[in-house]
Amino acid sequence: MELRVRALETVLTQKGYVDPAALDELIDAYQTRVGPRNGARVVARAWVDAAFKDWLRRDATAAVASLGYQGRQGEHLVAVENSPGRHNMVVCTLCSCYPWPVLGLPPVWYKSTAYRARAVRDPRGVLADFGVTLPESTEIRVWDSTAEVRYLVIPERPPGTEGLDEEALAALVTRDSMIGTGLAGTPAP
Amino acid sequence: MTYRSHAELGGLPVDLAVVPEPEGDPFHAPWEPRAHALTIAMGATGVWNLDMLRSVRETLPDYRQRSYYEIWYGALVALLERHGLATADELTAGAAQGPARPVPRVLDAGQVWPMLRKGAPTLRPASRSARFAVGDRVRTSAVPATGHTRLPAYARGRVGIVECLRGAHVYPDAHAAGLGEAPEWLYAVVFTAAELWGEDAAAGQSVAIDLWEPYLEPA
Repeated sequence: MELRVRALETVLTQKGYVDPAALDELIDAYQTRVGPRNGARVVARAWVDAAFKDWLRRDATAAVASLGYQGRQGEHLVAVENSPGRHNMVVCTLCSCYPWPVLGLPPVWYKSTAYRARAVRDPRGVLADFGVTLPESTEIRVWDSTAEVRYLVIPERPPGTEGLDEEALAALVTRDSMIGTGLAGTPAP
Repeated sequence: MTYRSHAELGGLPVDLAVVPEPEGDPFHAPWEPRAHALTIAMGATGVWNLDMLRSVRETLPDYRQRSYYEIWYGALVALLERHGLATADELTAGAAQGPARPVPRVLDAGQVWPMLRKGAPTLRPASRSARFAVGDRVRTSAVPATGHTRLPAYARGRVGIVECLRGAHVYPDAHAAGLGEAPEWLYAVVFTAAELWGEDAAAGQSVAIDLWEPYLEPA
């Protein structure tokens, strides 16, 4: 594939369809400027600021943009909030739709046959693959991203984190907890 | 005409574990970020739209044998050849052998970040009022797809409840077929696990799917 993609790039550049400097910019953007730390800052803000959380519930696109994250594959964001009785999980069974501005590009498993097949049918089994077991009484809602709406899970704030500031809280927010295949971490003892 | 999407994976009874992966570089080979960037840069030329691209990807005959970015590469090559922008010979040789065809736009480096920040919203003004309201029972179409669609096979012919209205959005079935944006109302519809998978399904589980109005009938 290495050689084939290089050949493709050469042809498209020679024909003037793509600017090599634009390719470098695109690669840099997705390796350094967007990633799950963006989403973690959104979640941490929601945990400490009730007004922001309320805004996130009503209009996640605008609330997230207020922190500087917006754009491609995040044009229509919806935040779904976990609670003791309700757990949310996000999948795209038809392709790989994922909220790029807040989570970056998806991990391999998110795009895999295993996840896309099983998340909608056996979410508890998928959670077990991530080492997560929820109480039997917890309802599980799976969101299949079939349109241009992109979902961000707001995980529950871990207990014992009352004294932490926003930055320390953001460090507890894992990528998987914002997809719904994990829970936010607990602070190191 | 039969349309065969190989991307209909939801609910397939596969016996495969999901393998977690640490956060970090989302790419796993040097060619992957380049294939990704080439796809976005060529998309920016405006020769095709995202729904056409998805349609080409999901109909690649060996879709399920390809890695994710191999699917991206395969679809990009197919579109280049289909639109006469490059030939198979050129891509094999790794050198242009004929003149370029004009394209509407070429993305330059300074436009990249503004373009990514702007995105491509699909919300459009509604030309008529919504047919369904929150709480309505709706049944999805059971008719097999004849082209690109975003109504998953596992949710065809099923009854769900409208949870919310998301406004009118570009309708992918029309957009992929080159019929324009043809905006339609979009709804989040919730289905119980029992409705989707049968009475043996676990209680307390549901799936919400974003569905366009033409997929739905009153139930």
